[in-house]
Parts: sequence; structure tokens; C-alpha cells
Amino acid sequence: MENTIVKSVNYNSYFGENHVVKNVNIEIPRNNVIAVMGPSGCGKTTFLRGINRMHELIPGASAKGQILLNGEDVMEMHPIFVRLKIGMVFQRPNPFPNLSIYDNVIAGYKLNGIKLPKAERDKIVEHSLTRVALWNEVKDSLNKKGTFLSGGQQQRLCIARAVAMEPEVLLFDEPTSALDPISTSTVEELFHELKKNYTLIIVTHNMQQAARVSDKTAFFYMGELVEYDDTKQMFTNPKDTRTQNYITGRFS
Amino acid sequence: MNVSIKYRIGKSMGFQVLTIALSAACVAPLIFILIYILKAGLTKINWHFITNLPKPVGESGGGIANALLGSVIIIGCASAMAIPAGIACGIYLSENKKSKLAYWSRLCIDILQGIPSIVIGIIAYFWFVKPLGSFSALSGSVALAIMMLPIIVRSTEETLLLLPDSLREAAYALGMPFHRVILKVIVPCGFSGILSGVMLSVARITGETAPLLFTAFGNPYLSTNIFKPMQSLPLLIFNYATSPYNDWHDLAWGASSILLLWVLLLNIFTKIITRKWKIQL
Repeated sequence: MENTIVKSVNYNSYFGENHVVKNVNIEIPRNNVIAVMGPSGCGKTTFLRGINRMHELIPGASAKGQILLNGEDVMEMHPIFVRLKIGMVFQRPNPFPNLSIYDNVIAGYKLNGIKLPKAERDKIVEHSLTRVALWNEVKDSLNKKGTFLSGGQQQRLCIARAVAMEPEVLLFDEPTSALDPISTSTVEELFHELKKNYTLIIVTHNMQQAARVSDKTAFFYMGELVEYDDTKQMFTNPKDTRTQNYITGRFS
Repeated sequence: MNVSIKYRIGKSMGFQVLTIALSAACVAPLIFILIYILKAGLTKINWHFITNLPKPVGESGGGIANALLGSVIIIGCASAMAIPAGIACGIYLSENKKSKLAYWSRLCIDILQGIPSIVIGIIAYFWFVKPLGSFSALSGSVALAIMMLPIIVRSTEETLLLLPDSLREAAYALGMPFHRVILKVIVPCGFSGILSGVMLSVARITGETAPLLFTAFGNPYLSTNIFKPMQSLPLLIFNYATSPYNDWHDLAWGASSILLLWVLLLNIFTKIITRKWKIQL
């Protein structure tokens, strides 16, 4: 498929002896929202963190197989380069507490020592904050600390921080599980906007969320990729009985 | 039943009174020391006292300028050695919790903390004074730096361990290399804790006498050469307080007060800074 942006080939990951992600093969098309769902401990987050090589930061963790970004194996690239191309947003909003809102958005440049003229920085900050629908709320308090914002705003700030680097893929690790329902729906609406420019991979253990926001859904169980299909297809007519049982709530 | 409840209430009250009384007993020595030393020494302190050299026996007056400057230089050199090494070691320990090197370093640091200061003084004597052939301020600084290390390492490590992992992840996810994650995110976020450890270590060594006895040695004249013997406040107090002359006793009292104020101010300053610069996580 020419349109594929991320592709995993026989991807396995481990924590020490523990085989957490088992032989996953998946092709992710450009400018789509992909939901990765499954019960707790099924390896979905571990798989996600393998895509931008955050997995290996955990002591004792290792991985085998290939993750291809535009046909290039990220396992062969330098992790720093991979993470510039593949941004990530975490479960809990984690703005840098020592930086202002403005500096948080530009953090990827500022903290990496990439020098930009002020006009360009201003443009990136405004552009990124507009993308995540936060600009109007914070444009008068850009110099306040990022932690001054509410949880939902902080999470959007973190998305803006990832967007500012103009990555190709954005990974979301249960991005709304620490947020209230209103903030959750704001963030979910964002996904529809963001997919015009980026490819989004979202780990969620909320099935309704997967159904609402995604184009395609992957179902993980016990470290395996059980089923991967169009979201509509998956929720109306799952092929695997395990998927069916999960969707109908027979286990979680 | 009433009797038993009354007994229990009584016991509880008794215990409360006991804790309050014993807490007061802990604070009392400090207050007595403060009052006693400041009463004896504060009257001796004036501009003349801090800007003049000690006078020979028989002449009244004189000051402690040499000891004051000496203390500042010796502590400055010790800090220049201990702070970078201590912070670096603390960072290593907090980032590599489980490595073998971290385990052994942690053990060594703990043991180092327990080594008597006089022993550290002897070590500095054999390492520096003997090979160089002369007592020197620098050898005193080395001894003090060794005493500062464990405090700085431990406080840095503990401060950084308190920072949530999500902070590191946020930085790594932006493609930041290790050194930038540490220098631009981890250290700034833990800055107040690291700084307070550094200031406490300075306060801790300010009054150390034993390691300086056979390293910096003391010097009745003003000296700024770190390769020569140098006077310092605790040495001056030690030498003058044990002398038979009243004028020198006065100098010792005054110096004691200055030392005490120095340590006190450092501690208060540390508290203020920690509170003010603390980053809300």
C-alpha cells in the first residue's frame, strides 16, 4: 500500500524475560486515526511506545522486529531522530513545570537548542495552539506557567507541544483517561482536525472512544494483535470471537 | 467503663504532654547556645573587628580579617571541587537506580558520610601536605570538599528521584538527547532541592576544625595564597580560646558569634530559597 506511513513487521517486545508484544504485523495508512484497544496488560501501550522507541528507555526492556516509518526501519535510526518524526502525548498531562505556556509549546526547539528568530517562534506557538483550540483561551497568559492551566488545557498544551515539532505521526497513550468528560470531548474533537495533517495512533481502553474517533481499530489481547480492521466493520461485524467477546463486554 | 475511659484519656494527655516537653528539650540547647555565644560575642563585633588583623599579645583590640577571608577562600575552593562532582554523582545515582556502579557508589557515599572529620584531615595531610612539603589552604579545601560530597550527592539524588518519570518521558518524546534532558529539564526542575543541599553542606563544613588542623594549619597574617598556610574561623577559635590571654578570648568569642550567624543565615536563606523557587509539579 503506497499510502502506508507506519508498518510493523514481526515486531516483538520484552520486559526482561517477559514477552509482552508478540509478533505484531500492522499497516497504518496516512492521515487516519487508528485506535488501539484491548484489556489492561494486553501490550497496547508497550506496542505504542515501541513505535517511537520510548519502550527501550525502561530498564530491562528490549524489542525485536521492524517498525517501518515511510519504509525506513526506525530500529536502525537514532532514537532522537525517530522521536522528532513521531510525537507523543501521554496519559497524564505533563507540561514542563519550570516553563511558561509559550516555552512549553516551543520546548521541542528551545530545549533541543534549535535557534529560531522570534517572529518564527511566535508563529509556531500561535499556529500550534490554534491547532489544538487553545489559542483563544491562553493568548493573554502565554507567560504564565504551563501548570497554571486546567487538566484538559494542559493536555491540549502537551498536544500543541508535540504538534509544534511538525511530526508525521502522533502517538497518544490513553490521552483522556485523566480528564473530565468535557475536556475529553474537546480532545476527541481535536483528533478529527489533527488527522488532516498527521497520522494519529491512539491507545485507549475506552471502546466508545475508539468507536467515536477512529477510522481503523486494532484489538490487542495477551500481547497479540487479534484483529485489525475498519472501525465500523470491527464494531458491527468482528471476525474473531475474542474481539466479539470484548466488544460485547464479556470481559474487560 | 467511665474509669477506663478516663484512664485512657489521661494516658493520651500524658503522652501529648511528654512529646511537647521533649520537643522543647530539643530546641532548648540551640536557644541557650545562641543566647550564650551572642551575649559574649556580639559586643565584640564591629567594623574594626572584621577588617583588622589580630594584635600581638599585650595589645588590646585587633580583629579577625585573616580568618574571615581565609574561611571564605577555603570554603570557596572546597565548593568549587565538591559541587560539580557531587551534583554529577547525584544525577548519575538518580538516573541509574539499579546499576552495579550506582549500588557501590551509594554504599561508599554512605560510608564517607560516617568517616570522622579528623580522619579525613589526616588523609588530606598524607595526600597533599606531605608530598607538597607545606601546610596549605588547598589541602584544607580538599578535606572539606570530601566532607561536603556525601551531603550534596544524597540531597541531589533524593531531589531528582522525587521528580515524576512523566517529566523525563515528556522530554525524551520531544527527541531530546540525554544531556539536554538532564541539564534543561531535570536539573532546573529540581534546582531548589539541589541548591538547598549545597547550602546545607556549606553550612555543615563552615565550622569544621579537625580537618583543618594539619592541613590549612592557621596563619596569624593575612594570606590569599592557597598553597600556603591560611587562617580560618574555626582554627582561630580553637587556637585563641585555648590561649591564656583575655584579649584573645574576646577574639574567639567574637569569631564564634560570626561563625554562628554565618551558619544561621545560611540555613534561613536555604529555607527561603527552597520555598520561593520550588517548582509546583
